[in-house]
Amino acid sequence: MPKPVYFSGGVHPHEGKAPTAAATIAAAPLLPLYTVPFHQHIGAPPKPVVAKGDRVLRGQVLAEANGVVSAPVHAPTSGVVKDIVDIASPMGRLGPSVLLEADGQDAPAEPLAPIAAWQDAAPDVLRQRIAQAGIVGMGGAAFPAAVKLTPPPSKRIDTLILNGVECEPCLTADHRLMLEAPEPILTGALIMARILGVKTILVGIEQNKPDAIALLDAAAAPLGIRVQGLRVRYPQGAEKQLIYALTGRKVPTGGLPMDVGVVVQNVGTSAAVAAAVREGTPLYERVTTITGTPVANPGNWRLRVGTSYAKAIELAGGITGETAKVISGGPMMGFSVYDLDTPVMKNTSGILLMAPAEVSQYQSHACIRCGRCVDACPMHIMAEALGVQIENERYDLAERTRVLDCIECGCCAYACPAHRPLVQHMRRAKQEVLARRRAREAQAKH
Amino acid sequence: MSPQVVQAIWAVVWLLVAGVLSGLVIGVVVKVFGAEPDPRLEEVEGLLPGANCGACGFAGCAAFAAALVSGKATDPGLCPSSNAAAVARICALLGLTASEREPKVAVVMCGGDRDHARDAALYNGVADCKDAMMVAGGAKGCRHGCLGLATCARTCPFQAIEITPTGIALVHPERCTGCGKCVAACPRQLIRLVPRRATIHVLCSSPAKGPAKRAVCQRACIACRKCVKAAGEEHMSMKGFLAVVNYNDPPPDSVAAECPTGCLVAAGGGARTDAKAEVAHA
Repeated sequence: MPKPVYFSGGVHPHEGKAPTAAATIAAAPLLPLYTVPFHQHIGAPPKPVVAKGDRVLRGQVLAEANGVVSAPVHAPTSGVVKDIVDIASPMGRLGPSVLLEADGQDAPAEPLAPIAAWQDAAPDVLRQRIAQAGIVGMGGAAFPAAVKLTPPPSKRIDTLILNGVECEPCLTADHRLMLEAPEPILTGALIMARILGVKTILVGIEQNKPDAIALLDAAAAPLGIRVQGLRVRYPQGAEKQLIYALTGRKVPTGGLPMDVGVVVQNVGTSAAVAAAVREGTPLYERVTTITGTPVANPGNWRLRVGTSYAKAIELAGGITGETAKVISGGPMMGFSVYDLDTPVMKNTSGILLMAPAEVSQYQSHACIRCGRCVDACPMHIMAEALGVQIENERYDLAERTRVLDCIECGCCAYACPAHRPLVQHMRRAKQEVLARRRAREAQAKH
Repeated sequence: MSPQVVQAIWAVVWLLVAGVLSGLVIGVVVKVFGAEPDPRLEEVEGLLPGANCGACGFAGCAAFAAALVSGKATDPGLCPSSNAAAVARICALLGLTASEREPKVAVVMCGGDRDHARDAALYNGVADCKDAMMVAGGAKGCRHGCLGLATCARTCPFQAIEITPTGIALVHPERCTGCGKCVAACPRQLIRLVPRRATIHVLCSSPAKGPAKRAVCQRACIACRKCVKAAGEEHMSMKGFLAVVNYNDPPPDSVAAECPTGCLVAAGGGARTDAKAEVAHA
């Protein structure tokens, strides 16, 4: 196997994985109430198909995909739709959610027909199954998996990459999944490779998980899947950085992995694909790391979608210490939430609690032009220039300075000695630039 | 004379000759082919407010003036920010008639300032409402409350919006021209343009149920219907869990006294100011 090539830049934050790295994935007991948001993915919100008072069974469709880039949502257990209310997602997006009162029987709905002989199934059948099962990218972005597996005919795909890097500090959900369920992960990869018609399957794992590398390598070698240990450097698990490491190919600016013939899927997504195809199980549960110093008993749990953060933290023994911050995801790319009624979604890889001593309420200052953000940026963007442009609402300049290439990994803000809120600036500017683009396009059509 | 000095003198002479010749050419071309600038254009532009608010639908005051003079626009009344005298003068100048428009004023439909509405979390990011919305949807307890980070105030071309010391946006009606720029700027859609003659407003925009609103804000509309009963269905009505004023036929200011939470506010002349709101509250 060729030696991996590494991106320049990046940072190495405190890993914080030790408290949960050895914690086996535990099952969560059935809860009396689940709050299931309809819109859990990137793309068009799905169309609700249940109403208040409806009885639903586990795995039953609550909302159907609405458009090409969309995904259905399934009931995490059987029960009654108590109400449909607006709930804020961890990203702060207010949207309708089902309050599902569980009946305690957990009765399954008629499952999707298992495709046992997937080796002989047509790619379209498999692709449709992944779409039906509501599978989205479980690494965090929540992009509908079936869409990624449907490249336009003009793009020739030759490589499938499984992302087991998990470079985000404090999270060990993917790590534990690789150790405890390597078989579904690899089968999912073979299924997706069949859909894409590719022979080369690569798995990237950071070298701080030697046990996962050894285990997965042993299981993967007979299947012709190659496992590669990668340097520990954040953000090694970012899609473009991972592709570069494993294939040496650079995704062009503004482009997608398919422009260089690659599709990347998270290991959790891969396991969900295997379950959807072989067992006909839709995606309504996932592995989530619950960790942080205020948590009594940090670990990994298989949580159903719609579990409230409060209940999830109770599983981990509850909050013992004073908590200053609750983060959905990891410390680098996660979102702060303040409402513990926030539900776990398909892309909730972790719930991280931080004690007051670990959170600094800083004051941000003017840019001192030290250039540390430029050194740290894995996308080679001039964050310092962008910060000033965006502060002055010059989104036109920000667009030219390639703000849309920003992957929001947070390295610039992490490195900034003036504590400038650079990622927040980037997120805002990306929204504004895209809105302006849409307006321009609408005007051009007009 | 040394040859260098002679050279220098010749250079000056040649430059003078070239300058005079070019000047003549330009003068002739302008006289023969040049178009007279429309003197009305300058005057119309001078009469427009020059705030470039865009409410007329054109790129700015200069663009609107050009459109009026060239005939692309026929209604000087499209500009909400000009006073009546200026519009009349433009009409006289261009032989146009301005449409009659009900004068409007912007009102921030939220009364939950820091003293009455609690924050759910500490936010110390970029001081802009749109940025704050990206962090868990805003730190204010009420998801439909004013964040008070002045995105609207910075957008207003007339400096008509103030963030009060208690952290909420407040429109000063005497400066507001009703251009509507702030309406588009507010990420929570809390600002409405209402007829200027209306003097009573429900300063709450939350569609949540009464107890849920009350838990986060003492000034919220709790849907008690007292105002609707007092004013009559033709002047006020309920829209979900929110009382709404019928702005075509608003109720008298006295109805505000019925409101138990103080979200129905009569300002006696346009939008509310905090002092007046306190009077109405008492």
